[in-house]
Amino acid sequence: MTDMFNMFNFIEGLNALLLILILITASAVLLLRNLFAATILLSLYSLLMALVWLNLEAVDVAFTEAAVGAGISTLLLIGTLLLVGFEEQPHPAVHWPALLVAIVTAVALGYGTLDMPALGDPQAPAHLSLAPEYIAQTVRKQAPTSHQVADEADGHADASGDVSRDAPHNYFHGHVPNLVTSVIVSYRAYDTLFEVAVIFTAGMSLILLLRQPEEPNE
Amino acid sequence: MKDQIILRIMTTVMMPFILVFGFYVITHGELGPGGGFQGGVVIAAAFILYGLVYGTKELQWIFPRRVSDTLASCGVLLYAGAGVLSLLLGSHFLDYTPFKAWDPGGAESWGMTLVEYGVGITVAAVMLTIFNEISGLTLGQPKQPKQPRSEV
Repeated sequence: MTDMFNMFNFIEGLNALLLILILITASAVLLLRNLFAATILLSLYSLLMALVWLNLEAVDVAFTEAAVGAGISTLLLIGTLLLVGFEEQPHPAVHWPALLVAIVTAVALGYGTLDMPALGDPQAPAHLSLAPEYIAQTVRKQAPTSHQVADEADGHADASGDVSRDAPHNYFHGHVPNLVTSVIVSYRAYDTLFEVAVIFTAGMSLILLLRQPEEPNE
Repeated sequence: MKDQIILRIMTTVMMPFILVFGFYVITHGELGPGGGFQGGVVIAAAFILYGLVYGTKELQWIFPRRVSDTLASCGVLLYAGAGVLSLLLGSHFLDYTPFKAWDPGGAESWGMTLVEYGVGITVAAVMLTIFNEISGLTLGQPKQPKQPRSEV
């Protein structure tokens, strides 16, 4: 049994299985005529994708995929289906120029991935530039205040005197344990602020375009 | 779906749990996976589930559109307000350390939670708005789409 685990990495095998399932689901979505079934399969696709992210230890991304891909977009698509009906209109079987463009793009993208570093390669450029600073949380790190230093000299690890609790601020004099959140709302807080502004603008545009006036009898 | 008694009961039973989970995800954004965006989506999903089962009219009775519009703006205001507050306290825009100057790590947590709530409130309100406006197209005007308002 251990030999089998040594022969191939278990996580990578699981990933391969999941990716094959994703391929099957995506093909089924393309081929199905019933839009309701296609919507549910898209939700399944997102769940499988979330499992892949989980395998790659990107828990935040997995959470987002599950909440947004499998959760809310399925609900919104079902809401749309109530508008447009559950059956797809018949259309010509294959559009050859479109197929050609799609294949050329896929081959070009696949060729592009050949230059990418291997999965989990510690020497990848993405892991060498800013990531060590983010992981060490040394960006704009604050020196401990004077009475924290005095407390530590007295043998108290925490400013509040609570030594039993592993409070994050004992170690991070500036940032918090979840690195992803730290990057999103602290290091790159401007970025996130304007993302929220974009979401807000999208909502307001939708109201301007689609909102019906209130019923007069209310 | 108003006649499906199992769906109706299960929706009412599940909704508090979904909402609590959504708020948990937002509040614990700086400690565990998730954050404002995911939590906001979960909260919106709870209300959209209610709207799908009970109908948009019922949803707009418990969560009026005026409230969701206001909340969408309040979220952005909360986020930007946290930045302005840190400016007023004498630091950089969106630098949370002056919130608790004696404890920068704790201040960071407070600032992040504040900002995550801003993100979550906006996302939840906008998702709800999307659902309201899309479903309002059928349920508000049963047969033909409304005539476009001309010469305004």
